[in-house]
Amino acid sequence: MGKYVVKRILSAIPLMLVISFLIFMFIHLIPGDPARLIAGMDATKQEVETIRRQLGLDKPLMAQYFIYMKGIFHGDLGYSIKNNAPVASVILPRFKPTIILTICSMIWATILGVFLGIIAAVRRGKPLDYLAMIIAISGISVPGFWLGLMLIQFFSVNLGWFPTAGLTMAKSYVLPSITMGCGIMAILARFTRSSMLENLRKDYVRTARAKGMSEPKVILKYAFRNSLIEVVTVAGLQIGGLLTGSVMTETVFSIPGLGRLLVDSINFRDYKVVQALLMFFSLEYIIINLIVDIVYGFLNPKVRYQ
Amino acid sequence: MSTVTQTADEVILSKPEGRFKQFWKKFLKRKAAVVSLIFILLMIGVAVFAPIFLKYQVQAADYNNMLAGPSMKHFWGTDEFGRDVFTRLMVGTRLSLFSALISVVIGTVIGVILGVLAGYYGGIFDSIVMRCCDILFAFPDILLAIAIVAILGPGIINVIIAVAVFTVPSFARIMRSATLEAKEEPYVEVARSIGCSPRRVLWKHVFPETVQSLIVNFTMRIGTAILASSSLSFLGFGANVTEPDWGAMLSQGRNYLNSAPHMVICPGLLIFLTVLAFNLLGDGLRDTLDPKIK
Repeated sequence: MGKYVVKRILSAIPLMLVISFLIFMFIHLIPGDPARLIAGMDATKQEVETIRRQLGLDKPLMAQYFIYMKGIFHGDLGYSIKNNAPVASVILPRFKPTIILTICSMIWATILGVFLGIIAAVRRGKPLDYLAMIIAISGISVPGFWLGLMLIQFFSVNLGWFPTAGLTMAKSYVLPSITMGCGIMAILARFTRSSMLENLRKDYVRTARAKGMSEPKVILKYAFRNSLIEVVTVAGLQIGGLLTGSVMTETVFSIPGLGRLLVDSINFRDYKVVQALLMFFSLEYIIINLIVDIVYGFLNPKVRYQ
Repeated sequence: MSTVTQTADEVILSKPEGRFKQFWKKFLKRKAAVVSLIFILLMIGVAVFAPIFLKYQVQAADYNNMLAGPSMKHFWGTDEFGRDVFTRLMVGTRLSLFSALISVVIGTVIGVILGVLAGYYGGIFDSIVMRCCDILFAFPDILLAIAIVAILGPGIINVIIAVAVFTVPSFARIMRSATLEAKEEPYVEVARSIGCSPRRVLWKHVFPETVQSLIVNFTMRIGTAILASSSLSFLGFGANVTEPDWGAMLSQGRNYLNSAPHMVICPGLLIFLTVLAFNLLGDGLRDTLDPKIK
């Protein structure tokens, strides 16, 4: 097991380095001179040069990359032009809303998705199966931002049950969580269904039934238990994408989280913040996938020995 | 020698026709997929012929009827300039549907070529292609598109490029594994041993075997592409707000959600139905082409 974990971690490190380098390069490719931007349009050439030297922009690109990466490990992500503050201090307060939203949407989406999947598999070919699968495929196809706007219009404006925007109270998390979790609920429902169908065909299920075991027990204790490993893996893989999903949801509901910050920073051309956020999102994605991989290997010995 | 090649070719080439009939019979039994296919064909028809039969001009403003709700005169109401929402949505089909189609086609062609070559030849080329895919996969889907548009700047062409880029790796991977499988088939071995050139083996014998997974994925990916490009337009990174693009119209309508909800409901519903149709069609095709997966 130890060998497997080390191997997986070692294979992820070069990927992370390449990604961080690519993002760094891409941000540098954007036309425009940051030194000139900070100095202002009427600054003299001398002043621009001084700022360029202060920012380290006169050094070769590779050197700049190493300085940046060294900075990351010291908590220095650069300076945000728009906020006139260090990038780290701009990003940190934005974590809380996004993470709470991610957790809330993950919880309801997993519970409902798995439930729908089991019901659909057990009642295969019956109206309940069709209903569950219609809900699931709609969940995959609906544009999240539109769903959010519709929920606001119906539940906040017409019925007045929830606030229309922002995060003023616990209730404000309800509609954004529904919007954000919808796709994952759908993916999990479809996946649980197919995994359950496969397991329900297995010999041990037939044996359990032949023994006279009650149907709920066969389904939950035998078939579902065996589907669980795969379902948990798929659910885990979705978390990485969820943080990014926050981009749309937070924009619709005006929530001051990481996703909204990314959109705002792109619009204001605050590239140091964009760079830091892109790095964070993609590294977070790799790390979560890595953790899921390791947990999966832990749960399923077959994978470990491949 | 040449006669042997001919017969082998004839056998292989005559296969698809019989297969197609079988496939079509099975496909017709899946009602949701058939309805979706009809809907999609209808939308394509609308995209091509819309301007011919529409009553209003796309940019024709009617200042006496601004933000008017659905009525007999304006089927789906009007927008903030009094322009007919139905007309704009129908003409917008061109921009939204075709931009998604173009980006998926570009992504597919590049992905297929890379995947088939990587699977067939293996070696260093395979490693390089697969590592590049790993890198692209390390970005969560929409983030990659946002990152690309952030670098290239907003605009419909850049959205097409962004969506095409994130379509490539999934096709490359699928085609690579399909090619690896097909490569081991006895008839490919036969084709190779009777002296077919690698190019002929690849495109005449290996590639046709991978077409099934290609079709299913292509259909599903169009749905994803429509969602992605309308999301980008909604965020303000896509089509210009003056253009009749579904996502851009929704984004504009958002400002009038209270007074004119139809400006949000109609474009959103159209995006939803179109994506749903492509997903249902994809599901139907998968079930028909590959009965193993249920």
